[in-house]
Amino acid sequence: MTGLSEEVRPNKAFGWAAIDTSGVLSPFKFSTRGTGEKDVAFKVLYCGICHSDLHMIKNDWGTSIYPLVPGHEVVGEVTEVGSKVQKLKVGDRVGVGCMVGSCHSCDNCTNNLENYCPEMIFTYGAKYYDGTVTYGGYSNTMVVDEHFVVGIPENLPLDAAAPLLCAGITVYSPLRFYGLDKPGLHVGVVGLGGLGHLAVKFAKAMGTKVTVISTSPSKQKEALENLGADSFLVSREQDQLRAAIGTFDGIVDTVSAQHPLLPLLGLLKSHGKLVVLGIPEKPLELPAFPLIQGRKLLGGSMIGGMKETQEMIDFAAEHGIKADTEVIAMDYVNAAMDRLLKGDVKYRFVIDIGNTLKSIS
Amino acid sequence: MSTTAEEGKQQKAFGWAATDQSGTLSPFNFSRRENGDEDVTLKILYCGVCHSDLHVLKNEWGFTSYPVVPGHEIVGVATKVGKNVTKFRVGDRVGVGVLVGSCKTCECCQQDLENYCPQIIFTFNSYNPDGTKTYGGYSDMIVVDQRYVLRFPDNLPLDAGAPLLCAGITVYSSMKYYGMTEAGKHLGVAGLGGLGHVAVKIAKAFGLKVTVISSSLDKESEAINRLGADSFLLSSDPAKMKSAIGSMDYILDTVSAAHPLLPLLSVLKVNGKLVTVGLPNKPLELPVFPLVFGRKLVGGSDVGGMKETQEMLDFCAKHNIAADIELIRIDEINTAMERLAKSDVRYRFVIDVGNSLSQ
Repeated sequence: MTGLSEEVRPNKAFGWAAIDTSGVLSPFKFSTRGTGEKDVAFKVLYCGICHSDLHMIKNDWGTSIYPLVPGHEVVGEVTEVGSKVQKLKVGDRVGVGCMVGSCHSCDNCTNNLENYCPEMIFTYGAKYYDGTVTYGGYSNTMVVDEHFVVGIPENLPLDAAAPLLCAGITVYSPLRFYGLDKPGLHVGVVGLGGLGHLAVKFAKAMGTKVTVISTSPSKQKEALENLGADSFLVSREQDQLRAAIGTFDGIVDTVSAQHPLLPLLGLLKSHGKLVVLGIPEKPLELPAFPLIQGRKLLGGSMIGGMKETQEMIDFAAEHGIKADTEVIAMDYVNAAMDRLLKGDVKYRFVIDIGNTLKSIS
Repeated sequence: MSTTAEEGKQQKAFGWAATDQSGTLSPFNFSRRENGDEDVTLKILYCGVCHSDLHVLKNEWGFTSYPVVPGHEIVGVATKVGKNVTKFRVGDRVGVGVLVGSCKTCECCQQDLENYCPQIIFTFNSYNPDGTKTYGGYSDMIVVDQRYVLRFPDNLPLDAGAPLLCAGITVYSSMKYYGMTEAGKHLGVAGLGGLGHVAVKIAKAFGLKVTVISSSLDKESEAINRLGADSFLLSSDPAKMKSAIGSMDYILDTVSAAHPLLPLLSVLKVNGKLVTVGLPNKPLELPVFPLVFGRKLVGGSDVGGMKETQEMLDFCAKHNIAADIELIRIDEINTAMERLAKSDVRYRFVIDVGNSLSQ
């Protein structure tokens, strides 16, 4: 909580916002709150473009509040800290992911699972405690409660670290939770985009054998040579699917388009686990027989708590895991969104906020 | 697998079988192998009627090979034991469940998970390595490798204990595997039939708080007063379902009819688990967002290995858990099947084979 007794946001800020469901972003002036005793204020240097940003600017999920300043893969440099801030100081390299608030008292919060807190506050497009709407990282400055800020080690370049704050934690957390992080296990990654490419890197760093499962044969070279996957399976090829039946300990499914689950369940060994991270528009069909006959399970996951997010960043720094990014200027953002819609990016756009977000007079 | 010199020799057996998709059962003469070195021969006294029997009789799963003699909740008395059999003696009370064979060498078999062996041989509607068909417990006797025979504890009644061999192990194994046994946690049991009613009893023995989730209000009194559930949730009442949102740690879904998963997933707390053991023959509609937003999971489970099945029987004997049954004669089986199709039984039919099956 900020400790402010009045709804004052004294600090001028600027960014790019969508103002309606067309989703077109344009320069936007706004204000942030002052730096409260537990807050960290930082100058934004880079911000990753997450596919959720695209859904939100177009109000695909029906929850968007306009004007909407997206961005929840934010990295930057601390400019001011509140009097009770302990972990961070001015000049530190920091990051903020998908959340900026939670209740701190429920079971989930007490167990470092703020991401599942019923009162969790999203980094953008959500109502904050002071009644105002949160604005995300497509902006020059942010003020965030220390609890929701992570430190970024020196050896992780900021631009390549930004996507870790959403995509990275989104794949790291379930690999750990569902026990797919043990050396020697065979893990499949379905979909090779922002989430998928990081899933390959994290899973390899954890010592598993990784197979990328994709509908596009053209991604094979990338997957094997650039990302370090051990093998590649074209899911439209029946022969390849058949040969791989019952060979996977786990599969991380990052695809959000509608797709059949039966082939993926068939790929699992008995007691195998299918983790779903993408959220398709309509329900999927779940054939019960393969679950039952092989004692298999299908589970979901959503980002991760703050403790685990810091752990993930430190793990990435230790193992040299960086996102593969295309760094863009702020004014390229609308074109980037069009390309993102078509999956035309390897594998995350990152906006060079520090150098290209121009102040608005 | 028997290894005697008499391999290939068969002996007469008698039971009731269905010969076509009508599923109507009638007297049937067939043969079984002679008792081999590893085998135990059971004179069958009782056999539970599992809903799977009905599915297979009518070829609802598409892989029935007629004629089929169903029955995989078999109890009886050992009448012969092979020379390598150490665990059983003639006269022992014994049972046979859902499987009578497996490869014995794969990872699953080595981990006492014979029920997940890719070469599993089911008690009926399956094939032995020698090519002969397996016939189930709606018959006078059965010959089974000792590994797949259970010892029936003395204080477990044979008739009411029979359904434990499929229904009992199905719920026990799923609860143990998915960690749904922590005393004080809240379990929802969806569906109150053969599986569901045993689940309530076993869950209470684990010290769980149990809510029965059902679309039939007339089951409420039964659930609470007779079976010992702590509460009842009427799934067809939207207001009641809404007030139950996020209230349960686990749900054991025993319902085999097609049904929507979203209402059940909503009732789970964050990190909640929905375990499905009913075998719907159509895919279930699965909305993904509750899984993602609440880190929930949907898992399946299928009976249990032999070691765990014995453990379950001993657990039930210790806690005086047996099924609630309606004992029938073999010649009443077709009527029983019709009633089972309408879920008109509290909660398992058991055939009094010993007293009613004769040529």
